[in-house]
Amino acid sequence: MKIGVLLKQVPDTETKIRIRSDSKGIETDGIKYILNPYDEFAVEEALKVKEKVAGSEVVIFSMGPARVVEAIRTALAMGADRGIHVEDTGLVSDSYIAATVLANTVRQENLNLLLCGKKAIDDDASQVVAMVAEFLNWPQVNIIEKLELNPDGQGAVVHRRVGGGTQEVYDVGFPCVLSCEKGLNSPRYASLPGIMKAKTKPLAVLKATDLVGDNKIKTEFVNWRLPPERKAGKIIQGETVEAKAKELVRLLREEAKVL
Amino acid sequence: MTNILIVAEHQGGLLKKTALELATKAASLGGEVEVALVGNNLTKVDKELGAYGVKKVFLLSNPNLERYNTEGFAKVLTELIQERKSGIVLGAASPLGLDLFPRLAARLKVGLATDCTELRIDGGQLVATRPLYAGKVIADVIFSGTIQLATTRPNSFAIKETTPGSKAEVIVKQVDPGSLRAVMKDQVKGKSEKPDLTEAEIIISGGRAMGNAENFKVLNELAEVLGATVGASRAAVDSGYAPHDMQVGQTGKTVNPKLYIACGISGAIQHLAGMRTSKVIVAINKDPEAPLFSKADYGIVDDLFKVVPALTQEFKKVLSET
Ligand SMILES: Cc1cc2nc3c(=O)[nH]c(=O)nc-3n(C[C@H](O)[C@H](O)[C@H](O)COP(=O)(O)OP(=O)(O)OC[C@H]3O[C@@H](n4cnc5c(N)ncnc54)[C@H](O)[C@@H]3O)c2cc1C
Ligand SMILES: Nc1ncnc2c1ncn2[C@@H]1O[C@H](COP(=O)(O)O)[C@@H](O)[C@H]1O
Repeated sequence: MKIGVLLKQVPDTETKIRIRSDSKGIETDGIKYILNPYDEFAVEEALKVKEKVAGSEVVIFSMGPARVVEAIRTALAMGADRGIHVEDTGLVSDSYIAATVLANTVRQENLNLLLCGKKAIDDDASQVVAMVAEFLNWPQVNIIEKLELNPDGQGAVVHRRVGGGTQEVYDVGFPCVLSCEKGLNSPRYASLPGIMKAKTKPLAVLKATDLVGDNKIKTEFVNWRLPPERKAGKIIQGETVEAKAKELVRLLREEAKVL
Repeated sequence: MTNILIVAEHQGGLLKKTALELATKAASLGGEVEVALVGNNLTKVDKELGAYGVKKVFLLSNPNLERYNTEGFAKVLTELIQERKSGIVLGAASPLGLDLFPRLAARLKVGLATDCTELRIDGGQLVATRPLYAGKVIADVIFSGTIQLATTRPNSFAIKETTPGSKAEVIVKQVDPGSLRAVMKDQVKGKSEKPDLTEAEIIISGGRAMGNAENFKVLNELAEVLGATVGASRAAVDSGYAPHDMQVGQTGKTVNPKLYIACGISGAIQHLAGMRTSKVIVAINKDPEAPLFSKADYGIVDDLFKVVPALTQEFKKVLSET
């Protein structure tokens, strides 16, 4: 089987975000980057499928500036076979354009399965996966927390998480696009030999501007700002726990009026 | 003004609250508000939407749409949007909306704004406000193109009957979802009868301080009295005290309740990411230095295993009086 993974590099969740003075983005200097956590689940799941189906290959796709090579190398060190870096200098992008370029890249590879994260934790868009699936004209199942390959290797049964602990169980044939949720697996760490090996694994570079055609962005983010700061409120005083509880209930009803 | 179409979700014969929220909001934006329900046997769904400013309700019906299907729903909604020339299409940022809308946007070749917390019209065009970077940034999304799609975070808008007594016209359409590829063959219900965290109005969450799964009982008892849903921090989930489905935060759920009560949760940035838009936050922690106190509207510095049962008693008392 040939399995692809869409991997995005994103700012570490601890990053303190500063808004650019033109209000059109964030300051990027000093940011530490990590693999998008949900995409790590996708890499791990791809490796698990590869271990089950002899002769499989795992291909990592990542679009972004030169720095994303680092993220691809990490996935290669975990055990993926090769990487494709879609260099995006000069590309005017939104989710629609990112999905257009990624779909056009994936199309060249004849994959059986494309695994992604359920969302990228920078733009929090949850758009690229379903858009790529539509552009490829493949079925999709989003937010999966279980994947069982069919014995014939032509499809899978997947569990998709919806609200209230409920799961939807889908039958899906290959090729298809699946997006991964926490809980699907525990991503492995790259071993030292893995890291050494990754340095020599193939990594191709394509230019996003060659893959976008005459498509144009559909949305634009403007007026970037910090959310209103939440101010510290009242610490409730009282002689006993009961007195504090009573005062909190009173405040919630009379002051905050939420009950 | 353009036509606004709302994709309304329904469950067990009832419209979801998000449909009423979206209807109220859409009516305030101006333009004709229309609603689409997709499924089977839809005439049984209780769909009184006229009072919320909705003019037409389309029931897109087919036996193969009994269960949710991305491609089936995308196909029949694309046809309706084109027929109605809807300029704005809205849905909830729910598991269904998050899955369906990007597929729909790609099919229509138009833009989408996900998980928005505010919508307005500026110069006849939709402007959608949404958090990104886990809520550390807010930005406005503007669109190019004639159809503008947005999903909104549950509990973002008030529900109000703006045109009491009005009736919406109901139009039944037999639709063809085409051949379906990823097919739902089963639905495994969760244990909880409570609203999902993402839709809950009151949430009581427990952190590492809970110590074990059994101790969540004290939170469940308070939740019972308040009709609340119980959540957890990642530390509680990773320690095996609660299932991942209960996790609030950056790698869990983003919630937006009226009232969020955090019990024994320190207030790490990744937890805040999931609950910072709550209207009122209460922190209960025995450490007065816990970072969450600096973001909470009300705080109690004490042992949660004493405070929570006392709260349960007090709420029982006052709620039985009113
Ligand atoms: C990539 C990434 C993603 C993450 N995603 C999430 C996420 O989605 N959600 C999330 O929650 N975290 C997430 N985290 C983890 C986060 O950084 C914190 O580690 C976590 O939120 C801590 O949980 P906690 O507050 O329950 O535990 P702690 O930080 O250990 O806090 C426990 C608190 O309980 C108090 N306490 C102890 N006993 C009592 C008592 N008897 N009564 C009252 N108070 C008591 C203590 O004073 C302390 O403040 C993520 C981290 C990373 C790196
Ligand atoms: N620039 C990118 N390069 C590779 N994969 C991406 C990129 N952007 C998004 N993806 C994939 O699409 C998923 C959803 O992203 P988003 O729609 O931005 O939330 C991510 O988890 C990745 O799997």
